[in-house]
Amino acid sequence: MVGEPLVINVGPQHPSTHGVFRLKLTLDGERILDCEMVMGYLHRSMEKLAEERTWTQNIPFTDRTDYLSAMTGNLAYCLAVEKLAGIPVPPRAHWIRTIMAELQRFASHCMAIGTFVNDCGAWHTPLLYMMREREKVLDLFELACGARLTTNYMRIGGVARDLPPEFLPRLRELVKELPQRIAEYEELLVENEIIVARARGIGVLSAEQAIAYSVSGPMLRGSGVAWDLRKANPYAAYEQVEFDIPVGVHGDCYDRFLVRLAEMRQSVRILEQALDMIPSGPVQTPVPLALRPPPGEAYGRIESPRGELGFYVVSDGGPSPFRFHIRSPSLINLTPLPEMVRGLTVPDAIITLGSIDIVVGEVDR
Amino acid sequence: MGTRLLSGLELAHRLERVMPGVVVEAVPEWVEVSPQAVVDVGRFLRDDPELEMNFLSCLTAVDLLDHFEVVYHLQSLRHNHLMVLKAKLWERESPELPSVASVWPGAHLQEREAYDLMGIRFRGHPDLRRLFLWEGFPGHPLRKDWLGMPGQRMPGLETFPGEPEWRGEGRG
Repeated sequence: MVGEPLVINVGPQHPSTHGVFRLKLTLDGERILDCEMVMGYLHRSMEKLAEERTWTQNIPFTDRTDYLSAMTGNLAYCLAVEKLAGIPVPPRAHWIRTIMAELQRFASHCMAIGTFVNDCGAWHTPLLYMMREREKVLDLFELACGARLTTNYMRIGGVARDLPPEFLPRLRELVKELPQRIAEYEELLVENEIIVARARGIGVLSAEQAIAYSVSGPMLRGSGVAWDLRKANPYAAYEQVEFDIPVGVHGDCYDRFLVRLAEMRQSVRILEQALDMIPSGPVQTPVPLALRPPPGEAYGRIESPRGELGFYVVSDGGPSPFRFHIRSPSLINLTPLPEMVRGLTVPDAIITLGSIDIVVGEVDR
Repeated sequence: MGTRLLSGLELAHRLERVMPGVVVEAVPEWVEVSPQAVVDVGRFLRDDPELEMNFLSCLTAVDLLDHFEVVYHLQSLRHNHLMVLKAKLWERESPELPSVASVWPGAHLQEREAYDLMGIRFRGHPDLRRLFLWEGFPGHPLRKDWLGMPGQRMPGLETFPGEPEWRGEGRG
């Protein structure tokens, strides 16, 4: 029997789209002929709003773009403004930023892996294990800045306040515990038949394609390109710590999952070193409340858990940005999705989307 | 250590050698080329073995009141250097320049975003539609002259749901 191609909508309200995001799939029987992405359901026009607020007032926006990784959003924006205005950062603040960014990477990868294996069919058990560890990281954030998700902790020229005295001992305890937890995840997931059967060989992206499509983060590294801005263009205190860049081989969903898992170990490694190396001293360079950077532009970028997060800021010498652009890894990593899912089935498209690890707040901004 | 920012002046020399007349302006931080040449310039920057700008890091547009600026941040993963390429568009109503999606497919969604929010038309883009806003949305919000909705209406709700109608003058 020959029929018309069938168009189905996955989303915008669908558990696997990790937010409000719609895939319009054209199917021939089980196979996907074409895929169209529809986004903008969470568009808040942050780039326009930021033009009406002062440089410092814009920091909370950067929490709310990628709401699973607020610390790295804060960090990227502050780095861009510091570059623009030439503001130095005290060494202790650099280390605090490094610690926070790595804790955040760990927490974010917990969510990424947890929801990905959820999509594969390992229903909720691994996710809840990972939520348990993520919770401990969020407790530390709460200790440092009073908030768990929208942290608003970094400031232009440093961080908002110094770490409370009990923070580092509690971090040390957590860092001691985490390698064992990661070993548990590996034991549970790496050779898990559900995940191997579902994810291996699915959603393949070659290294050449990955570079051409500007994808970054674990997705680029899953395709075998050892590119990490923490190494390539070190910021904060990353130049002083040792860590490896895990890379995949096949560029499929399974490799992206393995890269994230391996990155969690590297994050713990960085945290261990940071605990021994963090100096004492001031945590903030005094910056006027109504900061007026000289006219010019700057592009600050970091390796967020999702990839290259950049802020392109333009100043006209006034108290608020003339232009505030977010180079969002979630959006740009979606570019090759239609090509990746062509010829697959609908459930495979779902896990391919899951393996990209988007946060819709950052896709739509 | 770290990514090296290539000098716009040095890049201008290189570009002028291969494509005379293409450079409009060059300063140490960036190089501006003629908008109609961005595809040829992009292909040269990507394929030249000494530059190898194979990774389009960021593409965006800025409204500078009397003109638009399209800004490309290009990264070479092999040589670990970055450069900033600009093209200025002096047309206010319908600014247009060729799409670089054929050189770097990573430009695909970024050009759609710039079209949606800034109203820059990318000629030759495979699928130039609005990305976040719906077709028929009035104007392009990131332009500096986009201040509100037509008819002096501000975006958003007039009153909060359940709140009594505002009887004063204006909206406070």
